[in-house]
Amino acid sequence: MLLRRLIVCLDVRNGRVTKGVRFQGNVDVGDPVEMAARYAADGADELVFYDITASAERRACDLEMVARAARALDVPFTVGGGIRGVEDMHAALLAGADKVSLNSLAVRDPEILTEGARAFGRQCVVLGMDARRVGGSSACPSGYEVVIRGGREPTGRDAVAWAREAVDRGAGEICLNAIDTDGVRQGYELDITRRISEAVPVPVIASGGAGAVRHLVDVFRQGGADAALVASMVHTMGFTCQGIKEGLRAAGIPVRGGTEVGHA
Amino acid sequence: MVTILDYGAGNLTSVRLAFERLGAEPRVIARAEEWGGGRIVFPGVGSAGSGMAGLRARGFDALLRRAAAEGTPILGICLGMQLLLEGSEEDGGVEGLALLPGRCKRFDSAKAPGAKVPHMGWNTVGQGDRPHALWAGVPDNEAFYFVHSFFAPGNGAAAGWTDYCGERFAAAVAGGSIFATQFHPERSGAAGARVLRNFLAWEVR
Repeated sequence: MLLRRLIVCLDVRNGRVTKGVRFQGNVDVGDPVEMAARYAADGADELVFYDITASAERRACDLEMVARAARALDVPFTVGGGIRGVEDMHAALLAGADKVSLNSLAVRDPEILTEGARAFGRQCVVLGMDARRVGGSSACPSGYEVVIRGGREPTGRDAVAWAREAVDRGAGEICLNAIDTDGVRQGYELDITRRISEAVPVPVIASGGAGAVRHLVDVFRQGGADAALVASMVHTMGFTCQGIKEGLRAAGIPVRGGTEVGHA
Repeated sequence: MVTILDYGAGNLTSVRLAFERLGAEPRVIARAEEWGGGRIVFPGVGSAGSGMAGLRARGFDALLRRAAAEGTPILGICLGMQLLLEGSEEDGGVEGLALLPGRCKRFDSAKAPGAKVPHMGWNTVGQGDRPHALWAGVPDNEAFYFVHSFFAPGNGAAAGWTDYCGERFAAAVAGGSIFATQFHPERSGAAGARVLRNFLAWEVR
């Protein structure tokens, strides 16, 4: 049985993990690779490193960090932030990343999705999408607009239409981050998650808003998500990956873990 | 001594690092002549057609046949597993090495509405009733990480079974000195590491 995935996101700012609220105000919570290794040992199914400062500073993502992560981790990981083109994708994958997340760049230059999928396979190409609730209009019939640059810049594009286009162009997975709920801990945006999950034939990762195990249960059940991304729950709120998974199992959501692999 | 074959089918970094985490010192070779004996890891990501072409161009097709005939332990991973079989319907039909029986087919999402292709993520693997040495210490129905669109049928060579998209397919195949997985042990946490460790210790009888 295909299991639902628990993904831990680490926002990296100048080489350190930070956790922000609605893209404003950040607290230092540790070294990204050390934290990722702890989460992997605790049962995280995947990790995401998002280099927040790379794109603002127009530099490539931190390849030294990617290489350290590749040495330390035995589960898949994605890197995002600071990807400026196919060469940067290639460098991140060669350093050992399993997937690369494209966000603002994909909006500005959608051809990157096609080029990336052709060069490395679509399973390496994740579309990261920030969406904001705007109310239905002719430009945004789903009621959600794609925003870029950490939510500072609206694009006028409908979130569901962009998801479909991105997958047609080569994205192999979509990580949907709901700007309105990100960092607020009141639950994921279920409606847009479900609509995108139903609209595209690739896995959808829900992001933004997790503050309790029931939020994950809801986004798997009602949102149709294939994976749920958490950050502050495990960084600062005291949850463990195993604890979250026990809660998910108790609610009937199939997840990995709970058996012991022999080390003899 | 463990040697990883580089035939241009994807990135071998994570496979190499997984063996290094186990204390092995894997060698990556790009031509058959560089093989100095010992266990062979045959990974791969990408399409079957370009994978077979890359194998032939480097002489690895002959190397794998010889190694299999001599009883050298061989671990196939993902596309490597598929190329060990008789063929695949990918790329309009590709003939494989035929070291084990089976032909790969594409998942048909019409068989299971809502199922997404590629099959990506963690799925459980049943070991059947004749557990292989490479499953030592791994619980039955443990989860492993998969990323693939084509699958091998669960025939007599299957050594592990997984259900997806209306199919019960071979998550692993085995025969003689070959063990091969559709999943990525190098990305499958402690369970995957245990399979790799078992491969390093495997005494083929």
